[in-house]
Amino acid sequence: MKKGNSAIDPAQVRRRSQLAEIWRNFRKNKGAMIGLILIIIIITIGATVSFWIDYDKIVAMNIRERLQPPSAEHWFGTDEMGRDLFWRVLYGTRYSIAVGFVAVMVSLAIGIPVGAVAGYFGGKIENLIMRGADIFAAVPGVLMAMVIVAILGANVFNLMLAIGIAAVPGFIRTTRAAVLTVKNEEYIEAIRALGKSEPYIIARHVLPNCLSPIIVRVTLRIAGAIISASSLSFLGLGIEAPLPEWGALLNGGNKFVMTHPYLTIFPGLAIMITVLAFNLVGDGLRDAMDPKLKR
Amino acid sequence: MYRYIVNRVLMMIPVIIGVTFLIFFMMDLAPGDATDVVAMEYSEEALQQLREDLHLDEPLLVRYFIYMKDLLRGDLGYSYMSQVHVWDLYVQRFPYTLVLAVSSVLLGVVLSIPLGILAAKKNGSLTDNACTVAAMFGLSVPNFWFGLLLILLFSKILGWFPSYGADEGWKSLVLPAITVGIDTMAALVRTTRSSMLDVLRADYLRTARAKGVDERVVINKHGLRNALIPIITVFGGQLGGAFGGAVITENVFTWPGLGQSLVAGIKARDTTLVCGFIIMFVIMISVTQLLVDLAYAFVDPRIKSQYASGKTKKRAQKGGVQA
Amino acid sequence: MSEITMNSNAREDSLVLDIRNLTIHYVMEDATVEAVNGIDIQLEKGKILGIVGETGAGKTSVCLSILNLIPDPPGVIKSGEIYINGKNILTASPKEMNRIRGKEVAMIFQDPMSSLNPVLTVGDQIAEAIKIHAHCSDHEAWDRAEKMLEMVGIPKERMAEYPHQFSGGMKQRVVIAIALSCSPALLLADEPTTALDVTIQAQILNMMERLKGQLNTSMLFVTHDLGIVAEICDEVAVMYAGRIIERGTLVDVFNHTKHPYTEGLFNSLPNIEDRKSELKPIPGLMPDPTKLPAGCAFAPRCPYARPECIDTPQTERSFSDTHRVMCSAYNDPSFKIEREEID
Repeated sequence: MKKGNSAIDPAQVRRRSQLAEIWRNFRKNKGAMIGLILIIIIITIGATVSFWIDYDKIVAMNIRERLQPPSAEHWFGTDEMGRDLFWRVLYGTRYSIAVGFVAVMVSLAIGIPVGAVAGYFGGKIENLIMRGADIFAAVPGVLMAMVIVAILGANVFNLMLAIGIAAVPGFIRTTRAAVLTVKNEEYIEAIRALGKSEPYIIARHVLPNCLSPIIVRVTLRIAGAIISASSLSFLGLGIEAPLPEWGALLNGGNKFVMTHPYLTIFPGLAIMITVLAFNLVGDGLRDAMDPKLKR
Repeated sequence: MYRYIVNRVLMMIPVIIGVTFLIFFMMDLAPGDATDVVAMEYSEEALQQLREDLHLDEPLLVRYFIYMKDLLRGDLGYSYMSQVHVWDLYVQRFPYTLVLAVSSVLLGVVLSIPLGILAAKKNGSLTDNACTVAAMFGLSVPNFWFGLLLILLFSKILGWFPSYGADEGWKSLVLPAITVGIDTMAALVRTTRSSMLDVLRADYLRTARAKGVDERVVINKHGLRNALIPIITVFGGQLGGAFGGAVITENVFTWPGLGQSLVAGIKARDTTLVCGFIIMFVIMISVTQLLVDLAYAFVDPRIKSQYASGKTKKRAQKGGVQA
Repeated sequence: MSEITMNSNAREDSLVLDIRNLTIHYVMEDATVEAVNGIDIQLEKGKILGIVGETGAGKTSVCLSILNLIPDPPGVIKSGEIYINGKNILTASPKEMNRIRGKEVAMIFQDPMSSLNPVLTVGDQIAEAIKIHAHCSDHEAWDRAEKMLEMVGIPKERMAEYPHQFSGGMKQRVVIAIALSCSPALLLADEPTTALDVTIQAQILNMMERLKGQLNTSMLFVTHDLGIVAEICDEVAVMYAGRIIERGTLVDVFNHTKHPYTEGLFNSLPNIEDRKSELKPIPGLMPDPTKLPAGCAFAPRCPYARPECIDTPQTERSFSDTHRVMCSAYNDPSFKIEREEID
């Protein structure tokens, strides 16, 4: 009887009820719900801001109103070119969200197939891949991203690529570990007995059952990618002014930190709130998906 | 135990060779070469001569081999941007980065472990919630921005600590160390809390209490040593992060360590410098990682006996999965 | 009158453990578990009291309360007093309590696999208790710990080894060595053999009996195994849903069973003499401890249950000096359970 049960793919049977269960656990977590609401707001702003704010308004200089402190007219004040910081920060949401998501897509696109192959096939391939990942991971992520940006040149696209590539080893490890635990389950054995091809089995049956740890990692990585991107831009190794990326805004504000601190405070606050939102949701998802952690 | 250490050091070698080659190869992909920095000042013949001196016309593998041979002699090449040998620059700047990274990590350990224990002991209390929320913020705050905020508060408003440089001794170190340490602090508070929560529920703590052991001793002697195992894991991960964080933070505080030169080098496309520094970073991180792994053995006798039997952690794990 | 008072005083003096009207609740966010509901236990010097009952009857809570180790939160001692050698431990300061734990009362826990600290040597763990209570040097504590280890049948050469190097049965011996290291007046044994193989069980039981003989320790032996009770206990208390529903000497409870639940327990035992006879398990489950009924908690499963059992709280009645039962059915003088009729 027991054998019969475990030979059924849980991802197919339980998909709906499992989701409901995760959602029920997730909803109980106040922090995670706050994070989720924040993410929805931030993504909405990021996705639509270019439709309702004119880009010209973001970059147009207005020297007469330069370096004005926050006021009713300029909520976050103005920068050294007289540009309204509030609109620039709002517009910057685009870049941070885009970099966060695209960078993680890049990591996923490389990390998942490579990790899945390592975990599923094992043996020499696995050894080769994992030692490679060890070597790659020996360089701290930020440094690796810096080197890649240095090689490819600093622009939005290369920044996404660099941050994404730097995070690949983590995804390889997560995917491999998840695949290893799933691949020996009996339902995979049963499907293999039906004569399905290996790539089909990996894509249709193994990976869907490995999703939990990957989803958690994706959420937390988006947070990490946003911090990395703003750090690099702050150092002048990423997106550069006049593009209103948050790190670039901080780079611009850095010169005035002693005299006009609001130029530093607001963009940083935007980064922190965004990162916090993703971290809260990532934490909440991990707790909601892991029945062992229920307390 | 000694066999394990030797084993681990031997295992470090292929990783270091791999990383050096990876970095060397990646820098080779970059357009231009090490002579670009001086291309404007040198004549065409002088540049050609320089290329030959630097073996830039040789194939990649030959150059890598020459590079490694020089590395073993403490020669990382000549940085045209800084007009010094990279090794000399490294030796001059490394102490600053080391002091910054070590003090930030120590700060994290000293502050976070007691806080994490307190939070776990008073699970669900106001203190616990405050710690959890603070750790979440600490994890989400970008280092360099946090550094700027510290400058605003402690340099501009309160005037307690200098905002740049390293001329005022420990006073100069305080703000950069807190800035780099914020990640470590946040991560360690979270790990200590959750691993202590697990341990506090453990049966062996009940056994200790039932013996009449004082509650303080129960937590510090019986609890903490068990809770340390996951804490060390996170700590090891933070060390690499601290070096990475130092690179960025040094630029906020103009701290004269490796990070400042590194970023300047990347901007100036000084491949010799970048390559040399990254390689030294990796060696540094590998060595600290080894020390962390050895620390496991002192805390957990189960791992110690595994070491003694000549198995490494990785091999043991892999064997377990295959079996 | 005065004679009775005298007698009871004399009896009280010889009591190692005296629990009066103990009630323990676990207060959770959405429910309150009524784990122990007003129990009394008296145990004389050198005697072994067996506490029998199903999982969840409140046996472990009773043991932990005697060490004042009920996890708080969520555990709350709602009422009652616990005297150990005449001292009320529930009002003792943490310092006084630490002098009592291990010295006057010691406990053997259910799961030997998890009750030893994995990062300390077994020698350290035994010597620690001795050092705390005997106030001796490290060296002397170590020597005495070595003797304890040999006493439970483990060579002293293994003092410096760690728990992961021991098997389950060996670990339980170490736990017993820790518990007995300071010759406690009272030993609480919480299902000390449940997690072990049957052959090891017998060894451990024999050893405990032998040690008890040597040290003249009183013992509270918690188990759900009636066979073990018959083998080593002097007195028996049967617990159900946080109450002691029948208590008495071994003979009282085994040969003159009064309570329908106790009868049910005996009926669920396989009978080696009559293998064709059917096992008669008790139907149903223990009631949800967060929603205990107003009347007898066993009534829903009881074959003899009467209407008044459901809603009237039961009271304890004595059948002899030693034998007391909590069952409303005996309000009817003609009531008898099947087991008694067979006798």
